[in-house]
Amino acid sequence: MAGIIGYGAYIPRNRIKVEEIAKVWGADAPSYKKGLMLEEKAVPSPDQDTITMSVESARSALKRAGIDPREIGAVYVGSESHPYAVKPSGTVVAEALDATPAVHTADLEFACKAGTEGMFIALSLVQAGAVKYALAVGADTSQGAPGDALEYSAAAGAAAFIFGKENLIAEALETFSFTTDTPDFWRREYMHYPQHGGRFTGEPAYFKHITGSAEGIMKKAGLKPADFTYVIFHQPNGKFPFRVGEMLGFEKKQIEPGWLVNKLGNTYSGSSPLGLTATLDIAAPGDLVLLVSYGSGAGSDSFVFRVTERIEEVRDRAPRTRAQLDGNKTYIDYGVYAKYRRKIRKAE
Amino acid sequence: MRDVAVIGVGMTKWGELWEKSLRTIFVESALLAIDDAGVEKIDSMVVGCMSSGLFAGQEHIGSLFADYLGRKPVPATRVESACCSGGLALRQGFIEVASGMSDVVLVGGIEKMTDVGGNEATYALGTAADQEYEGFHGLTFPALYAMMAVDHMHRHGTTREQLAMVAVKNHENGSRNPLAQFPFKVTVDMVLKSVLVADPLRILDCSPITDGAAAVILCPADMARKLKKPVVRIAGCGQATDTVALSSRKDLSWMESTHLAAKAALAQAKRKIEDMDLFEVHDCFTIAEIMIIEALGLVKKGQGGKAVEDGLTAAGGKFPVNASGGLKAKGHPVGATGVAQAVEVVEQLRGHAGERQVKGAKRGLTQNMGGTGGSAVVHVFEAE
Amino acid sequence: MQSPARSWREIPQRYRLEAAKCAKCGFICFPPRLVCPQCGAREFGPHKLAESGKILTYTVIRVAPQPFCDQSPYAVGIAELDDGVKLTAQIVDCDPAALKVGLRVRIEFRKVSEEGEPGVIYYGYKLVPE
Repeated sequence: MAGIIGYGAYIPRNRIKVEEIAKVWGADAPSYKKGLMLEEKAVPSPDQDTITMSVESARSALKRAGIDPREIGAVYVGSESHPYAVKPSGTVVAEALDATPAVHTADLEFACKAGTEGMFIALSLVQAGAVKYALAVGADTSQGAPGDALEYSAAAGAAAFIFGKENLIAEALETFSFTTDTPDFWRREYMHYPQHGGRFTGEPAYFKHITGSAEGIMKKAGLKPADFTYVIFHQPNGKFPFRVGEMLGFEKKQIEPGWLVNKLGNTYSGSSPLGLTATLDIAAPGDLVLLVSYGSGAGSDSFVFRVTERIEEVRDRAPRTRAQLDGNKTYIDYGVYAKYRRKIRKAE
Repeated sequence: MRDVAVIGVGMTKWGELWEKSLRTIFVESALLAIDDAGVEKIDSMVVGCMSSGLFAGQEHIGSLFADYLGRKPVPATRVESACCSGGLALRQGFIEVASGMSDVVLVGGIEKMTDVGGNEATYALGTAADQEYEGFHGLTFPALYAMMAVDHMHRHGTTREQLAMVAVKNHENGSRNPLAQFPFKVTVDMVLKSVLVADPLRILDCSPITDGAAAVILCPADMARKLKKPVVRIAGCGQATDTVALSSRKDLSWMESTHLAAKAALAQAKRKIEDMDLFEVHDCFTIAEIMIIEALGLVKKGQGGKAVEDGLTAAGGKFPVNASGGLKAKGHPVGATGVAQAVEVVEQLRGHAGERQVKGAKRGLTQNMGGTGGSAVVHVFEAE
Repeated sequence: MQSPARSWREIPQRYRLEAAKCAKCGFICFPPRLVCPQCGAREFGPHKLAESGKILTYTVIRVAPQPFCDQSPYAVGIAELDDGVKLTAQIVDCDPAALKVGLRVRIEFRKVSEEGEPGVIYYGYKLVPE
């Protein structure tokens, strides 16, 4: 039986409120806050990027796993904001962790589900016996176009998971992926900002794939919504996870512990993975956890985890998710935000 | 070893010398020194310059200056030790004469800093720090000295006002120096209100970017006596290294290399620090002067700030420091500073320092250092 | 443009804080060296620096050199790590008013600079309040 042996979360300290963004673009803050159930989001400092956050979250995962990094056989970093277009984030992460040189590394992209992609591959390699331990990170510092609806939610964060076969903190009982070619949200090469299909991103995209994936995994595993203590859905805004949960037959209290988006924003490849780290921070031994990601383009990866006794022993070896989300915040205004996110055109 | 005398000095006005090139600036000062010495033959040249390569794209300046001075094929040596390149050049010239290797040696120091923009100048100056473990992290020289100031203030109670008083004193002295870059006075209030560079150091705590050169002519003391010149000897000379990286030092605000170089120079001169009538020291930042007077032994460690406040180092004080205006008011063309300090002391010991004259000065000490004290050179001068 | 070799060579120190401990006197060198500055010996064993410590001195840089101009003002300091080694680095995620001698800090992996938008990105260690 393979599963998670260590997990880690990293959330930057800067925050910007919905009102601050709305003020600049003449939008109605209350309707964004109510309609999307968003209050504020995490903003990376100029010295933070997908790689730095991946390293920090992976280091936390290593602390919880308690293994020799040299025994990590694979490192995958999933993001849609890798710092280089060509040169992997994974090699920097592997070096920083001291997992090199006997390690397989790859960078992944699949919009917001690049993180769970890596988890799927890492888990599979461990299950197959190809490697002893495998690390998967989901991290993003994605941008929303100035004045676009996505600017209110596009945020930064990272979550890392190490998979193995011994000393599990969560057994991986089942996986399922649901994929179709659906152009709901995309970014062409050399373009700064993504484009999206507006309301097309709802029912034919997010809802279809999440329900397809969740129903698929529950059928495969012979489980129903009531069997799960917790469920985590991808969180592009505050409303969608509750709506899809309701559609599938889940209750609010199953969703709430892993629901961070109102204060965090949408961390794209880190979104459902951070929901999982927040859930593991408080889950009890024996709890069944369902993780359902979503990546535009489109697809959804599902995992069923069962938490073990060992979670209590390791959970406080590294910072908890909500402690980083709620503590030590620094609020910035739109000018500083635009400067940090390089939205201001400078001299050549 | 022979006794060495300084028989000629030369220095032109320092500042932003837009119309003068690197080679012109050097040659002008060198000619003044040669004419002052009244010598025909020069056996060797030593040039101190931190970075003509980064500032002007020009290396090979020993030969360049020898040529433009009309002195080829004289042997010419360029030496570098960051901001103490000038002092180092003086020491090398001293060694050549003392050893008997050369009779008449021209020592010149130069820096032409304004042919690059502010950013490039900061970068060039930054090469005196540890590139991979200080520069890499965005450290600047004001930042390194600011950290030394914070340590000194924290451990010894030195105040922000005492730092300002160093600048006030040096500008007071510099206002009497016609060659100084900034020959005007400043007040403590002006210093404290000037713009912050690296907390707590403000722009008026920092020496400026300057173009300039200075030169001296050295010869055996016997030759000076025969030429019936006022004989000012270099009685002692010391040099020491310390770590380049500030974080590698045991004491973050103590200038050990200065302490050791001064000890060696005074031992060679068979003098004590109290025997000196004036001091020209390396006040690249106000805090530097405070740490230097402690390292020289003028006051106990930690007492430097109080010494300045009590007027101990003022022009009329017990230990006149930087009668020339120091780096702060005179300017700091990096490689030239060490030689200019010698020019000032020699003029003082000849009784030719005009309004800046320290009455009855017979012995003087110059202290020049590089980076945050990674190198230091001290010379002791005596009038016969 | 500097060769990427120059920063790549420092990766074990900048990413993993690899130092060297003198086999004779135990002095810890960061970065590693060929000769012990304390006893002159030439043999070393591996040592990884402690990940937290306290601030010995600091400043806030307001006039910055080129690659750091946009970050101004930024804090830098010298920390004494819990294994006695002194380290110079930027101090980030810290309210300037909270900077003080003795502040407890820990090391975090951050981007230090880059060779412009098209160039190599240099990662390394910075200090954050504990």
